[in-house]
Amino acid sequence: MTHANQLTLAAARDALRKGELSAVDLTMSCLTAIDAGDALGAYVHKTPDIALDQARAADARIKAGDAPDLCGIPLGIKDVFCTKGVPSQAASNILAGFKPEYESTVTSKLFTAGAVMLGKLNMDEFAMGSSNESSCYGKAVNPWKVDERHLTPGGSSGGSAAAVAADLCIAATGTDTGGSIRQPAAFTGIVGIKPTYGRISRWGIIAYASSLDQAGPMTKSVRDAAIMLGAMAGHDPKDSTSADIAVPDFEAALTGDIRGKKIGLPREYRLDGLSAEVTALWDKGADMLRAAGAEIVDISLPHTKYALPAYYVIAPAEASSNLARYDGVRYGHRAKLSAGDGITEMYEATRAEGFGKEVQRRIMIGTYVLSAGFYDAYYNRARKVRALIKRDFENAFAAGVDAILAPATPTPAFGLGEMGTTDPVEMYLNDVFTVTLNLAGLPGVAVPVGLSGSGLPLGLQLIGQPWQEAALLNHAYVLEQAAGFVSKPEKWW
Amino acid sequence: MSIDIETARRVAKLARIRVAPEDLPELAGQLSGILTFMEQLNEVDVTGIEPMTSVTPQRLKRREDVVTDGNIQAQVLKNAPDAREGFFAVPKVVE
Repeated sequence: MTHANQLTLAAARDALRKGELSAVDLTMSCLTAIDAGDALGAYVHKTPDIALDQARAADARIKAGDAPDLCGIPLGIKDVFCTKGVPSQAASNILAGFKPEYESTVTSKLFTAGAVMLGKLNMDEFAMGSSNESSCYGKAVNPWKVDERHLTPGGSSGGSAAAVAADLCIAATGTDTGGSIRQPAAFTGIVGIKPTYGRISRWGIIAYASSLDQAGPMTKSVRDAAIMLGAMAGHDPKDSTSADIAVPDFEAALTGDIRGKKIGLPREYRLDGLSAEVTALWDKGADMLRAAGAEIVDISLPHTKYALPAYYVIAPAEASSNLARYDGVRYGHRAKLSAGDGITEMYEATRAEGFGKEVQRRIMIGTYVLSAGFYDAYYNRARKVRALIKRDFENAFAAGVDAILAPATPTPAFGLGEMGTTDPVEMYLNDVFTVTLNLAGLPGVAVPVGLSGSGLPLGLQLIGQPWQEAALLNHAYVLEQAAGFVSKPEKWW
Repeated sequence: MSIDIETARRVAKLARIRVAPEDLPELAGQLSGILTFMEQLNEVDVTGIEPMTSVTPQRLKRREDVVTDGNIQAQVLKNAPDAREGFFAVPKVVE
């Protein structure tokens, strides 16, 4: 039998509106699943009291006939979103005890639409990571399990992915700086979209790399992603990079008709050593879109190879600047000082204690590439390469390509503790298919398409033109319908 | 480009992160590895290319230059590790 927490957002919305289900019962169903799911490490701050208050208010609104799509829908919120009066730490000890006095624009919009907050979700510290292993709360665990190993749910939005895949919420918020929505979505068999840079306000989201960061929904279906994206998107005067353009009805765009559309397959994404399994999945995805009436064409994105190194200059550079604010003065952790310690010792000790190892590494790399004598050689060169990467995509779109199909990740989920323990660069390679979009500001969506030989979910990624999320989601919808991915992880937790 | 121990020490100092002397060799090694990875960028011909400043072409919006909030001292200080008499308190900065 289906429990309410297993519903998709669209199904829950329809049931709530028809009066077949109350928001309180739906919320209780999620809260029960959350308490039974502690082994997944998905929730790091549970907010059942807030959830039930919001659910009761939602029920009243639904009864009064004033029910936006999100009204009464229980969501998990990534810890990177500032939520008023609720701990918001970006999984870092340096923000221990921090309870914002304000609400992020995204959560504010969701709550105004009647959404229910179940709690805050685990992530890699400051969204820096691809495995959710660098979190001050400990690891999040993938609900998918095929042997004795615990697998990563991916990162940085690992808690969000685990919570959605294990039905510990109806949907969740994520953020994506280099793949942090799409890679965990692919690892857990769910849908995740990173919209065009500027589509969703970044105000109140704890910053990692401001020119790359973008929030988005993580959901159980493409339709759910379309509904939730509509509720999160829109111009915000408090974020100067947020675009003042109309938000279309993304759900209405899901017609399932992509006849005559041109889908590009970038040849540079056929990496040496890409597994036969992922290559086969990619071909299968192309066949599905072809069968739906799309034309499949080979395209070239010649600077693809340089996306990762450019990202690992630009993102740490911005991080070193953004994270300078954590100084032990205004909020969060301050180190205990010894007699005679001055303000410099306070900064240095506070930041050494508060930041984890990967965050420290990225701050220092960023500091180095921005330092006198290296700024041109590293940072400016990376920004020029970024312009070339964006131009590759512009050329493809100018040649008539409507969307691009690519793998989401080079492999299925790997075991916790298996990657990047000695060489940080090994972990970075996870983002090889996703990071190009952040550099180019483009929207991308990960859709579950099949299972690996070992029984783990594998996803494909569709990349769209700027501001064309509606068309992109329609392509994703066609892929989803054709793939018919319905597998769920077997409950072991 | 490899980072020696002295450079690692200097970068840590610039970043205001205390690193114990015995941890500097490992840090230098890791930073060198990451920089080596970045060196691939030197293969790209970037002649005549402007560094990207904004990923979506846009002109920053301007707002009226007016006070939009204020009188929220308690909120501002609420999360401070050490706040006294309406101020953030820090160790002595000047003699």
